[in-house]
Amino acid sequence: MEDAQLKAVIESLIFVSESPLHIDRIKEVLGEVSKKEILRLLSDLREDYDRSQRGFTLVEVAEGFQFRTRPQYAQWIKRLKKAKPLALSQPALETLAIVAYKQPVVRAEVEKIRGVDCGGVLRTLLERKLIRILGKKDVPGKPLVYGTSKQFLEMFGLKDLSSLPTLKDLEGLGPPPAEALLPFLGQGKKDITAAEGDEPLADEKLGPS
Amino acid sequence: MESTPFPNKEGQGEFSGDIKSDQPESPLNVKLEVFEGPLDLLLHLIKKNEIDIYDIPIAVITQQYLEYLEMMKSLNLDIAGEFLLIAATLLHIKSKMLLPPAEEEQVEERREEMEEDPRAELVRRLLEYQRFKEAALDLTQGSLLDRDVFTRSFLEGKLLEGGEEALIGEATLFGLLEALKKVLQGVPPGEFQEVSLDQLNIKEKIHQIMDRLWERESLTFTELFTAATARREIILTFLALLELLRLRLIKIYQSEAFGTIRIFSPIEREEGRKRMAERIL
Repeated sequence: MEDAQLKAVIESLIFVSESPLHIDRIKEVLGEVSKKEILRLLSDLREDYDRSQRGFTLVEVAEGFQFRTRPQYAQWIKRLKKAKPLALSQPALETLAIVAYKQPVVRAEVEKIRGVDCGGVLRTLLERKLIRILGKKDVPGKPLVYGTSKQFLEMFGLKDLSSLPTLKDLEGLGPPPAEALLPFLGQGKKDITAAEGDEPLADEKLGPS
Repeated sequence: MESTPFPNKEGQGEFSGDIKSDQPESPLNVKLEVFEGPLDLLLHLIKKNEIDIYDIPIAVITQQYLEYLEMMKSLNLDIAGEFLLIAATLLHIKSKMLLPPAEEEQVEERREEMEEDPRAELVRRLLEYQRFKEAALDLTQGSLLDRDVFTRSFLEGKLLEGGEEALIGEATLFGLLEALKKVLQGVPPGEFQEVSLDQLNIKEKIHQIMDRLWERESLTFTELFTAATARREIILTFLALLELLRLRLIKIYQSEAFGTIRIFSPIEREEGRKRMAERIL
């Protein structure tokens, strides 16, 4: 097939996909074509959209590709569709941020940082499928270990966990004793009895520098 | 702000800034700034007093903090235990800092514990918390799905086409009970559950469900439960659904016997809030 045709095929695949389409799926469908080739066509496609200033563009999100409208047209879309604005409370956002950066993380660690009970908030985030249970930590009480979900990446438009904005450094105070500040960091992963079908965790990348 | 080891009474006036009163004549009509927790309150006090976080005048801050708790008490607000815990920590730090410098002989033994500023641990916690507060803010700055950017919506299409999920009518009580049974059977009986102290009540659950409905327009029955939902909470959720049905705040449809159960709210958020305030207390 010619490039132009292949590009159109890929475009059609993404068009009919409900969730971000993984490049492996595209490759499965296309057969012969190499990943590198597909990536090139995908970036070609995106350039096409950008050049012709369409209302939507091709976005890499949650480890896949998806068509999304451009932010500047949000107000028009909200007129068309009944507005259902993001309803995450401040506690929910804070908790979500802690889970995102500290995962794998148990409830006690989240509560240590926020200084308040987080059980209800964690449950809400679970129900909204923004976080998920990764397994249980192998310490007394076998607390649940939380991490973020694919929906989290989709909602915040993140390609993967490593594209989270970098945490601001703790300034001053000199380097605080790591064990006092982050009593759980680094031991989490080993202690987890991993739940089945877990994706590899990108926690190394997330640790505060 | 100078650091004084003794609480000064003048500091009490400070709180007028935190009280937003629409009608000054009516002392009952006060709104407190809502804080997410004790650390949030401390950060607020530090910012308000333009204090260097690395050199907190502990006496001043402790006093203001306690005044704030006092005010919460006088407004009949529940003061969560966490607020008291930090209050105790503040008082502990304050007392440590008031201790006279150790005598020569004792210096050797005490050096270890004297080396660190008693405030250091608290400052670290504050900084750590602030860091994630900012991270939370950063998260909302990007292009958020369904706020700034949108994808094609597949649910609507399905409902309109009346494909697999044709909604033929309102669900019957038996349909609901059947679905409940299925969910309950999914809870592994011998599984250890995380014991949590917070008691969720029906009222909270009702609000949770409605908030999600208004955000999404519709929910399926199974979406209300996650793998981690405890038996007690499943029942609670179910009771909340029945109550909402009774109040006509939701409508529940089922496609066919044992088919997907979908929950809608026929009422807009504003109207619903009003009705909930009237009928659920």
